Amino acid sequence: MLSALALCCSVNGSAAASTGRVSLPVIERQVMCVTCKIPLNVAQSPQADRERAFIQSLIDKGLSERQIKRTLVAQYGPTVLALPSAHGFDLAAYLVPLAVLLVLLAILALLLARWRRRGAEPAPASSQDELSQTDAARLAADLARFD
Amino acid sequence: MRSRVVPILATLAGAGLIGLLIYGVSAKSSNRTLDEQVAHGRAPVAPDATRELPLLTGHGQAALASFRGKVVVLNFWASWCVPCQTEAPLLERAQQRLLAHRATVLGVTYLDASPDSRAFARRFHITYPNVRDTTGDFAHAYGTDQLPESFILDRAGRVRALSRGEIDQAFLNRASALAGST
Repeated sequence: MLSALALCCSVNGSAAASTGRVSLPVIERQVMCVTCKIPLNVAQSPQADRERAFIQSLIDKGLSERQIKRTLVAQYGPTVLALPSAHGFDLAAYLVPLAVLLVLLAILALLLARWRRRGAEPAPASSQDELSQTDAARLAADLARFD
Repeated sequence: MRSRVVPILATLAGAGLIGLLIYGVSAKSSNRTLDEQVAHGRAPVAPDATRELPLLTGHGQAALASFRGKVVVLNFWASWCVPCQTEAPLLERAQQRLLAHRATVLGVTYLDASPDSRAFARRFHITYPNVRDTTGDFAHAYGTDQLPESFILDRAGRVRALSRGEIDQAFLNRASALAGST
């Protein structure tokens, strides 16, 4: 899910960057309030307001989205970014969902193969399914009465 | 044999996830090694002393190791931290006394934008040196996860006392006493 979120954010980010429009809400979604430990776009605190003012000053200077995020990391450290970095232990946030998905797919493939094998095996012939000659004759007679 | 593959895969995946969780929790949790050692009367070497950190003034870098030979009151702070505002005047007064005894306060800003930190330093007339922990790694080495936190280091760069929270005059007196006696 995190991978999908990262992809979604990067698509949003690149779209904004390509159009050259960087707005405060776009950056707010991608960074954290460093003291409240929640995304900046939902944070309500004096520090969150300071961060917003700082970001706005960077936007006013004409910095790109990437430059703004780099400046924020230089000021507040990497924990200011809402998405985990792709280094060290944080890399697990991207790799674990992928690994879980692969394991689930492998299990599903194994189970499907097993079910398919079971379906392909001919059903054992049962003597109960076949009618005896007497019963067959009686059934034919019964059916003939309804014609 | 094939019937065992699925349970084995599921068990391995589960064990891997649990291992990762344990590692993550232990790696991200606060390091309290310094607290335990100081509490037992030992004087552990100040961690990460050679890490070069940018000066708050914006000109140059400094490492804690460059203060070796001085008694140092290492103080982690940020402009948004309310108790830091209370202790800033205390620290500045202590600095004036410590200077006479080859000792100093060394401020370390953490999770703070440098313009805000500089405004804070001007507001409280701070004259002691300050560096910026831009990655949080230096603070993490001291188990710092809340502000303010302070550490008294002796002339050999060993931690003699620490305070996780706002300091008082008694704490600073310990630094003065250490500086005066060594």
